[in-house]
Amino acid sequence: MVIALVLVLTLGTLLAVLWRAEGVGGLGRAEWAAIRFTVLQAILSAAASVVLAIPVARALSRRRFRGRSVLITLLGAPFILPVIVAVMGLLAVFGRNGLLNDAISMAGGDRISIYGLGGVVLAHVFFNLPLAVRMILQGWIAIPAERFRLVVSLGASVSAMLERPMLRAVLPGAFMAIFLICLTSFAVALVLGGGPKATTVELAIYQAVRFDFDLGRAALLAAVQFGLSIIAALAAWFITVPEGFGAGLDRVLPRWDGASLWERSCDALAIALAAAFLILPLSMVVIKGMIGLSDLPASVWPAIARSVSVAAVSTALTITAAVLLSMRGGRAVGVASALPLAASSLVVGTGLFVVVQPMFNPGKLALLVTALMNALMALPFALRVIAPAFERVEADYGRLADSIGLKGWARVRISVLPRIRKPLGFAAGLAAALSMGDLGVIALFATSDQQTLPLLMYQLMGSYRTDAASGAALVLLSLSLCAFWIFDRGGRADADA
Amino acid sequence: MKTTLTHVAGLCFVATGAIAETSTLTIYTYDGFNSEWGPGPQIEANFEAECACDLEFVAAGDGAAVLSRLKLEGANTDADIVLGLDTNLTADAAATGLFAASGVTAAYDLPIEWSDDTFVPFDWGYFAFVAGKDVEAPTNFRELAASDLKIVIQDPRSSTPGLGLVLWIEAAYGDEAGSIWADLADNIVTVTPGWSEAYGLFLEGEADAVLSYTTSPAYHLIAEGDDSKTSWAFEEGHYMQVEVAAKVASTDVPELADAFLAFMTTEGFQSVIPTTNWMYPAVTPAVGLPEGFETLVTPSTALLLSSEDAAAKSGPAIDAWRAALAQ
Repeated sequence: MVIALVLVLTLGTLLAVLWRAEGVGGLGRAEWAAIRFTVLQAILSAAASVVLAIPVARALSRRRFRGRSVLITLLGAPFILPVIVAVMGLLAVFGRNGLLNDAISMAGGDRISIYGLGGVVLAHVFFNLPLAVRMILQGWIAIPAERFRLVVSLGASVSAMLERPMLRAVLPGAFMAIFLICLTSFAVALVLGGGPKATTVELAIYQAVRFDFDLGRAALLAAVQFGLSIIAALAAWFITVPEGFGAGLDRVLPRWDGASLWERSCDALAIALAAAFLILPLSMVVIKGMIGLSDLPASVWPAIARSVSVAAVSTALTITAAVLLSMRGGRAVGVASALPLAASSLVVGTGLFVVVQPMFNPGKLALLVTALMNALMALPFALRVIAPAFERVEADYGRLADSIGLKGWARVRISVLPRIRKPLGFAAGLAAALSMGDLGVIALFATSDQQTLPLLMYQLMGSYRTDAASGAALVLLSLSLCAFWIFDRGGRADADA
Repeated sequence: MKTTLTHVAGLCFVATGAIAETSTLTIYTYDGFNSEWGPGPQIEANFEAECACDLEFVAAGDGAAVLSRLKLEGANTDADIVLGLDTNLTADAAATGLFAASGVTAAYDLPIEWSDDTFVPFDWGYFAFVAGKDVEAPTNFRELAASDLKIVIQDPRSSTPGLGLVLWIEAAYGDEAGSIWADLADNIVTVTPGWSEAYGLFLEGEADAVLSYTTSPAYHLIAEGDDSKTSWAFEEGHYMQVEVAAKVASTDVPELADAFLAFMTTEGFQSVIPTTNWMYPAVTPAVGLPEGFETLVTPSTALLLSSEDAAAKSGPAIDAWRAALAQ
């Protein structure tokens, strides 16, 4: 059922767009250039995120310090921010007029420009480094402490015996997830890319749908996007499958290695650099937002209410779908954790519109459709957290459950759910926060009296009210983090007292 | 008891009847038009005061997106009027056959002749680079290209002002447009998907100037009391944007739609435009323009390709733009 819904929403909508199109032409030179650039930036972004995440994850896995769990929560913030807010934050630090350039020019150097491929990769690393850190950290945590003790007591190399095999198992999955996310990038690539050199497939789709109304070309480009994702997924599949990334990050193992001064300094440096890289731009969003808070219109309240309800519905949908899919396990999980990432949200939205519009007034369904879309987009992340935890519980307690004849939903409720509270909470927090910050398809469906908070923010930006828009961005950031924190905490309550 | 119930039922019936008699006029427009700060709410109040109808705005992205949505819905659309296309889109819009002539005419205060009887203009403006007054202003594109000034522009493939700039250079330079773009390449900090991002980057100090309208400084002056912004007057002339509305042929309330289009050229609509949409009204209100508008740059020459020319030239012009900037 769930998998059918995922297929309908991703591939079905593509067919709907195709059905409405008047013929499909070939791809021109411009489209090929866009495809090449899209793949290039996605590979570079994924590689940079993963490579940079390794020292940070290692440092976090073997150090325990005050504020560690707060830091880990905050590190997740860029991932759940609306793109344009994060970009503005980045520019406040790395832009022509940003902190970095101010420092360089004070030191007597020439101002540098981040626009171009470098800027695109920088922004994608900013968004995805936390995700990579979490996935790799999970790999480190999954190595039993006894093995570290054994390797160290035998005088063998921890890196050769334990860490390299673990990384080899985890990295391809992390790389692929981030590659897929960067593949459908749109605003980041264009704003920071510096011009038409940096055109991505998603922009070409936008142009085809919105400007040229060439639905055939849009569908073709969306199919290309799926094709690229399938190739990436297969490649990762052949190298190896990841363990997935999960919660349980507060479980710091006593480690028998990495105690030298050199190693401790390296770890401190890695954590400090990553924290500065991720938190400075966020602080700029907060500072600018404070100034704009007083300019916020009264309509911010209903917008907040709408965004929170959409997030609640979407979270419920995501978690239900993820649990149902985990019950089935197998290939369905693989498909559902990759396919939505590869979908162009504009094509999905347009496809839904084509299907819905002859029957209903699309405006009436705007919030529901938005919740559904957000759930679809959050599903891959929720699945990557929940499915492995589900499998572990089944492996450990499955035979016991079989022996007492516990089956179906009762088995999930009694045996599994209580044991996967932490990953459930983490996944729910992620889904809620992602949904809160997502502009989604609301712009395609909504009438003006149905603004969500991200839509309100865009409208403020679009009518010269930049300060108020920064205020709205701060509200959005706080709401997203709150939602994440509440679910994540809820999942951990009394879990490890 | 039974009689009471019958009475209640009767009352309900009368009430529904009353609602059904008030016809609804549905207008598709772009987001900014019907935001809290846009002209929408005030115009809705003004028109409802005289039409005994219910006016409903449906916002659907920007002008190009509004047209896409109408094409997607075809004759099945709920829209009675589409408001907010510009002349770069009207040829394409007319070709769909989804619009009907309204016959509305007025004494327009446009810098150009207006003769289209399907699309009724409601406001207009000149594209221009908006900058701080402290920046030395170039006086034409060549001077800008030769300078070290940094600008941020919008992508013509996803934004109306972006397309406006491409047609501006096309209208001013024709065959030389490609070389102008090539020379401008090192002045362009970046290209954004829409106006909002570009203007945001400019306000953050990422560029010396941004492609916007000659009327943009009026917002800062009138709404924020900030007179530090200006726009650059270019000798080549400035490309115009004329925003129009038209009646959808499949409307079920054609008289009401005509009445709205006629109302659009009167005070009740036009006087709202300057300080909500920050554009020039198509018919200047009797009281004149708001104080502050007299400080704006007035271009010596108004450039505008006919809608047929714009439709025919925009594809090749965008290709030339991309070829020059993708080096």
